[in-house]
Amino acid sequence: MNFSLTDEQSALKETLIKFIDRDYGFEQRWAVLRTDEGWSRTRWNQLAEIGVMALPVAEADGGLGGAGVDTMIVMEQLGRGLVLEPYVGCCLLPAALLTRGATDMERAGLLERIASGETLAAFAHTDAGRRYERHSTGTAASFVNGGFVLNGKKVVVLGGDCAEQLLVSANVGGDGASLFLVAANATGVKRLAYPMQDAQRGADIEFSNARATLLGPQGGAQPAIDYALDVACAALCAEAVGAMIELHKITVEYLKTRKQFGRPIGMNQALQHRAVDMLMHVEMSRSMALDAAMAVSENNAAARAKTISAAKVLVGQACRFVGQNAVQLHGGIGVTHELNVSHYFKRLTMIAATFGDTDWHLARYSDSLLVA
Amino acid sequence: MDLRYSPEQQAFSTDVRSFTRAHLDPKVAKKVLEGARLEREDYLGWHRSLHKKGWVGVGWPTSYGGTGWDATHQHIFDEVTADEGAPILIPFGLRMVAPVIMNFGNQAQKDFHLPKILSGEHWWCQGYSEPGSGSDLSSLKMKAERSSDGTHYIVNGQKTWTTLGQHADWIFCLVRTSNEGRQQEGISFLLIDMKTPGITVRPIIMLDQEHEVNEVWFDNVKVPATNLVGEENKGWTYAKFLLSHERNGIAGVGRCKRIVKRLHHVAQQAYSNGRPLIEDARFRDKIAQAEIDLRALEITLLRVLDAEREKHAPGPEASLLKIKGSEIQQTLTELTMMAAGPAALPYVREGDNGAPDVPWLSDEAYRYASGHYFNFRKTTIYGGSNEIQRNIVTQLVLGL
Repeated sequence: MNFSLTDEQSALKETLIKFIDRDYGFEQRWAVLRTDEGWSRTRWNQLAEIGVMALPVAEADGGLGGAGVDTMIVMEQLGRGLVLEPYVGCCLLPAALLTRGATDMERAGLLERIASGETLAAFAHTDAGRRYERHSTGTAASFVNGGFVLNGKKVVVLGGDCAEQLLVSANVGGDGASLFLVAANATGVKRLAYPMQDAQRGADIEFSNARATLLGPQGGAQPAIDYALDVACAALCAEAVGAMIELHKITVEYLKTRKQFGRPIGMNQALQHRAVDMLMHVEMSRSMALDAAMAVSENNAAARAKTISAAKVLVGQACRFVGQNAVQLHGGIGVTHELNVSHYFKRLTMIAATFGDTDWHLARYSDSLLVA
Repeated sequence: MDLRYSPEQQAFSTDVRSFTRAHLDPKVAKKVLEGARLEREDYLGWHRSLHKKGWVGVGWPTSYGGTGWDATHQHIFDEVTADEGAPILIPFGLRMVAPVIMNFGNQAQKDFHLPKILSGEHWWCQGYSEPGSGSDLSSLKMKAERSSDGTHYIVNGQKTWTTLGQHADWIFCLVRTSNEGRQQEGISFLLIDMKTPGITVRPIIMLDQEHEVNEVWFDNVKVPATNLVGEENKGWTYAKFLLSHERNGIAGVGRCKRIVKRLHHVAQQAYSNGRPLIEDARFRDKIAQAEIDLRALEITLLRVLDAEREKHAPGPEASLLKIKGSEIQQTLTELTMMAAGPAALPYVREGDNGAPDVPWLSDEAYRYASGHYFNFRKTTIYGGSNEIQRNIVTQLVLGL
């Protein structure tokens, strides 16, 4: 057991800290946010140059073969900077999915292009009205004229607004989930792109007899889907930690500088103790994000799921507590769009609601106690 | 970075487990696992076994006969021995006064006290709180006046909440040696033999009707001046040093894990609406939440211990561990009481044969459930109440 970073990891961390400090100030972020695309190709390429896109791809597939801790280091900084580029949606998640869900032949080339940052892919999985269901039920694949076609609708596809390649979960008869690859500009694919509350982008994507390529074994995609979503959850936990550390710092600073009744509001014990409770949530979250990062490489899928759900529960609760109270301690200015506090709050809120909310993960953890 | 145990650490864990199984009195283990009250000898028997093995000075440097274990080894030791039902090592000597003597005591004090703390020959208790000085500890009034020839202090006053003071051979006390300057400035740190004439120990019966803490009265107690630790009127520095050490042990992760096991046991045995209680999602989710919080506490503890290794003293982060650890202990004991349902209502005593006087409550996990709940209300109050801990973090971490 040890808590130290390797030299490479420390270097990665330093590089990303510099990137956020230099290129991702709040004003710079505003400028990107106001563009049509809502994120920046230049920043995306900078991240690719640092090697961030190559981290989740195995060396054999043309990547750097990073571990969960490497992703954690990256995500903490992306969280700190409220980075808008769709790293989880268009790189991390599809890379994890292809690694476990596609054969060597099927993923050759595509993973390499994801690792270089050249291709953006997205995972179209969530069926409308089915909340966090991990077993895809709403989209059907059928075998027609020597190939598969997809019919159905996926919603809130992270990075679905800009991805060129779509990975789609669908059922062939009653077989269980299969994974398909569809080009986003293929005939029969219609997408409705939109910004989300936290300024990230997503899309609803409709498939009407869209031609698709089956990846991996027919009906055998569920383990890969579970793995990839767990990887994404672990990453979101780390992103939340980065965002919470920053938001807590901003809040404590405000308590020191904002004066009412002739003295800093931070002299009031009610506010002091709230700030301490926020810190406690942050520190516990740090620990659980670390646990989740380690669990990504756990071979036992049930153990992995249990640890990652535990992390998502605790971090989700922290996102809510730290986010809500940062706004509360800022008073009126906290509920404005102009200050970064509300932006952190919204991102934290959306993280808690992504890939399983607190109740969903608590249920998954809790049910695992019955098996034991 | 790696949270898993290395092969060497796993081997150590196995060693600790087999040693505990071989040397811990099964009767004591049974009491501990069921949550029954322990006698002085129950603690000391285990203490002496560990001493013989050289494992009692957990957290002590090897130069003083300590184990020299790093944070991970200490954690493994705590976790495994707690799991096997070992009593806690009473912290007042080993973890509280010993570090103070090591850091601030003179050679004679080190030579006399440290070996006896290690061997268990001296049981220590803590003379900090007074009736008028709880959270505001530095307002303490117990007076120590130098005799005219300078060889002795004459001590008068009262200490309270003295945990297991009824068993103690020695007490370390904060005493007032001066009323000049700020109230923190006139405090000294004295080591006092409990057999000294003029000391009276009176039990305080707590809400679970157990005798765990005491009042200790001092009436013209003559203490050799050589029992002063460090400098006169500098005791507050040593006191704070000690308190930060106290907070670490207070997280109680090993103990919590043991309570989780007992909670699972009760939730599987107890029936609710015709099904084992564990199958009731409403209750199971509460266990799940407590386990998740405990895991977060455990990793945080390891992170803090790891960081301390670099700077060799607990920081204010220990306050966070104290707050979270005590809250989780209370949650777990409350859940165990809830799991017991109506079995939590009777106040059960043991007859002379050890059997409960309410015979249907033969499963001890039930029998002690509500007693523990009541007993554990102390955890958010002692060692500096959780509100005081938040004040400490406010000042020292947040800088507010």
